[in-house]
Amino acid sequence: MNGVATLTEILVMLALLLVAVVATIAVLTRDPARQAVVLAVLGLALALLFTVLQAPDVALSQLGVGTAVTPLLILLTVRRMRRGRPEPDEGEHAEDGGDR
Amino acid sequence: MSRTGRIRLFLCAAAVIAVAYTLACTGLPHFGSAVHPYGARAVAATLKQRTANTISSINFDQRAFDTLGEESILLGSVLGVTALLRRTDEERQSSERGARVLPSTRLFGTLLLPVALLTGIYIVAHGQLSPGGGFQGGVILATALHLAYVAADYRALDRIRPRELLDGVDAVAAGAFTCLGLAGLVVGAAYLKNVLPLGTFNTLSSGGMVPVINAAVGVEVASGVIVLLAYFLDQTITTGPTTSPTITTSPGGPDGTEPSDTSEATS
Repeated sequence: MNGVATLTEILVMLALLLVAVVATIAVLTRDPARQAVVLAVLGLALALLFTVLQAPDVALSQLGVGTAVTPLLILLTVRRMRRGRPEPDEGEHAEDGGDR
Repeated sequence: MSRTGRIRLFLCAAAVIAVAYTLACTGLPHFGSAVHPYGARAVAATLKQRTANTISSINFDQRAFDTLGEESILLGSVLGVTALLRRTDEERQSSERGARVLPSTRLFGTLLLPVALLTGIYIVAHGQLSPGGGFQGGVILATALHLAYVAADYRALDRIRPRELLDGVDAVAAGAFTCLGLAGLVVGAAYLKNVLPLGTFNTLSSGGMVPVINAAVGVEVASGVIVLLAYFLDQTITTGPTTSPTITTSPGGPDGTEPSDTSEATS
């Protein structure tokens, strides 16, 4: 019994640590397109944390909104903004975003 | 205020908040304890309403009015995006080039699209029984549809996504939630009170109003997110660059507000 409780605590601790590390990386990333990808990973880490904390409903919401929809909206916005700007490497950026 | 003054003010405020926050945290129930005052009451009320999933019972029955507010926020953001991202006169519609898709990507998308849609429907339908519900399932349904874009191209996605219909469905579903609450007033109880027969515990029809409101929320979230993404995708994919070098030109100009722009976007 005692061993099981400790294992859960270790899992919660690891998930919290993962969230803290990925969130710090998200803050330190300056390029919005890269930041969107890191944000998706952060959403995944948060979903993992919520699952470990026995909150599957919140984990599902986080997975859908934080990992899929929000980064997609950011990526689409970034691509639209870059296309509106007259840049020499305009076409290259458009191709990059087109893979999503 | 000078720089040092601002920093001093921040440090004073931070110190006060740190002390108050620490004191407040010591008064909280212990983290992860087996008994929680709100949890115990919520679970008892859920069992009385014969709903298997406590979270759904709280969302759609015990605190349904809060959820109504949250759904209105989503409807409001969809409305805002519709108003802001409509195609203006200054933007021209560029013909989309057919993108080449890797055969493995096409196979992956084609196989996964029905599976993902089914998962979304399952999660919406079983909201009152297992983790998930209208919101989570709706988001899964909306994102699953976009596998068509990954597997084929934008035109394929446009064909399976009747945007004008979904625009209406979004509004109707949000209105349905509001009107379902009136059922309580009709029988002489409170707004959004669970007045339907509660059914047998742990079956699909259990929980009275919970599955009905849950389904309305599922439809609303799915169509709302699809419409939201449709306007973003339209701006990114089929809209050509603006004629002026910056895109900060005022779209609300005297000649940029024809309502025909919106219908043109879907043609």
